[in-house]
Amino acid sequence: MATPADLKQLDGMGNYKYGFSDPDVTVFKTRKGLDHEVVRQISAMKEEPEWMLEFRLKALDHFFERPMPDWGGDLGRLDLDNIYYYVKPSEKESKSWDDVDDTIKATFDKLGIPEAEQKFLAGVGAQYESEMVYHSIQKHLDELGVIFVSIEDGLKNHEDLFREHFATVIPHTDNKFAALNSAVWSGGSFVYVPPGVKVELPLQAYFRMNTANLGQFERTLIILEEGAEVHYVEGCTAPVYTTDSFHSGVIEIVVKKGARSRYTTIQNWSVNVYNLVTQRAMVHENAKHEWVDANIGSQLTMKYPSCYLVGEGAHGGILSMAFAGKGQHQDTGGKVIHVAPRTTSRITSKSISKDGGRASYRGLLKIYEGAVGSRSNVVCDALLLDENSRSDTYPYIEIDENDVSVGHEASVSKIGEEQLFYLKSRGLSEEEAITMVVSGFIEPLVRELPMEYAVEMNRLIQLQMEGSIG
Amino acid sequence: MGPNGAGKSTLANILMGHPAYQVTQGEVLFKGENIVGLAPDERSRMGLFLAFQYPVAIPGVSVANFLRMAINARRAAENGNGKKIPIPEFRELLKGKMDLLKIPHEFAGRFLNDGFSGGEKKRTEILQLATLEPEIAILDETDSGLDIDAVRIVAKGINALVGEELGILIITHYQRILNYIKPDFVHILLAGRILQSGGADLAEHLEEVGYEGILEL
Repeated sequence: MATPADLKQLDGMGNYKYGFSDPDVTVFKTRKGLDHEVVRQISAMKEEPEWMLEFRLKALDHFFERPMPDWGGDLGRLDLDNIYYYVKPSEKESKSWDDVDDTIKATFDKLGIPEAEQKFLAGVGAQYESEMVYHSIQKHLDELGVIFVSIEDGLKNHEDLFREHFATVIPHTDNKFAALNSAVWSGGSFVYVPPGVKVELPLQAYFRMNTANLGQFERTLIILEEGAEVHYVEGCTAPVYTTDSFHSGVIEIVVKKGARSRYTTIQNWSVNVYNLVTQRAMVHENAKHEWVDANIGSQLTMKYPSCYLVGEGAHGGILSMAFAGKGQHQDTGGKVIHVAPRTTSRITSKSISKDGGRASYRGLLKIYEGAVGSRSNVVCDALLLDENSRSDTYPYIEIDENDVSVGHEASVSKIGEEQLFYLKSRGLSEEEAITMVVSGFIEPLVRELPMEYAVEMNRLIQLQMEGSIG
Repeated sequence: MGPNGAGKSTLANILMGHPAYQVTQGEVLFKGENIVGLAPDERSRMGLFLAFQYPVAIPGVSVANFLRMAINARRAAENGNGKKIPIPEFRELLKGKMDLLKIPHEFAGRFLNDGFSGGEKKRTEILQLATLEPEIAILDETDSGLDIDAVRIVAKGINALVGEELGILIITHYQRILNYIKPDFVHILLAGRILQSGGADLAEHLEEVGYEGILEL
């Protein structure tokens, strides 16, 4: 049911490009709401082993016991009883592009993802309504011994590998929403890179939500054996709906000795979505993990990618960007936990607030006793585009070791009259001038994106700035 | 020309439409039109250009991207259908202008005025002038803060650009740049008024007697 507030929010969407929805091709849904029976149903639908069902039920009980977080964003309007916890779009996962439903193909077209590009890229896993419907792995990935499949197939076909690592990085007791995801997870990717194997092309997963009130609980598990390398990229877009949607993912990455991984997200949920994601990498000896995290959409995002540096010489990097427009709250940042000696980390956060939007940086840097010779540097820059918008910084730093080096810088700036005058004197309109300053501000993040995503990102920012001048 | 505080930069800013200045009376006529009510970008697209005394840094935006977007914005406003300059054509254009001003090509990739030396900023202003091809350019103390070689290079660039297509108003309080550029007219501004006008010889005379000498006339 659309409330006046929802409709108002839709007004604010203006020319939101990806705001469309397709006819419902769903073949199976659980009923709304959540109890043991719904979880049993999900597990049965997926023909899971007994241990997974037990895990889900244990997680569900923990979810019920755990209080809602009283920090971060306002979760008051999130109605957890009014959500479908599992939606299955079609009986069978499609194996080739030809098998993909035409409606779904049309959706991809609207998203502007060229078919050729998808085929070119090394295995495109597209999550559509909670499940992989299209998933192709290029031959050479197979030859390398790399596994890149849906999380369901990972469990089904690689159970030992799966069970050894699953929920070891993020246990079901980690937080309320990790518990929820553990109970009802569906969709996501399972990636395994064997020792010494370097995957040259980024692995990409496009997914989107398409059913009103559909909660998406994707779960991704990425395992890098010693000396392996991989870059995983996810970009999301979602259609507009008049009731609140909810997305709560869990992403676990195990980065073993000397391995290197990067996980890039471009999050562009429509502005009625609650996006509460837990993502963490366990980084072992001399290994390196980087999160590149761009949050543009959603009503509320609470997301703090984290790195646990558990092996000597491990490195963790977090590069995060948040854009908070009208009615949006981006509560984002990062966490790094230094456990082992001589570990290093770098957190760079860039936020932009506009039209009353609110961007908060929330970060935790923790250095345990014994993590001697560790170094960390945190930089947070906020850009406010008008007087009504808001930016906060909550940097938590806990250091229990003396022999460390830690730097923290934070800045808040506004677009200056002089900057605008300068750009306008070259013929740029006010809107073009502001867009240019904003693009420059986020350049350090955009530079790190694969090219096609960088282009997409610049387009998204342009879109967000359009029509913003009265 | 005029001493510090005479109102030279104020005049430049008013001509370009700086929002901090309010025009209480008078007109600014450009191509027969009073442009006082126009926004700076409209004035720019009509063909007016201001080389800033203190150019502003735009971190994260390269000189090349900035200029390409500026050209595209001007084209879009001109022909309405937003025909953009093809990238190869733009590269050639920029390379040519950089060579003219003896600016190393790697400058194109640097962020606009971000960490530039004073001299680099001023040269980049002239590069923008050369690339955007306005009809009237105001150079606000472009020569100040430049070493002697840089003054020569900038002056050479200006001489190469000025002509039928481009008129230039140079604001300066030194006669130095006039060793390399021969002005058609010299106006002396003092306390917000043009005190005296003349030819190139007025600048030479000023160099001899100073502003005080002129005042005594």
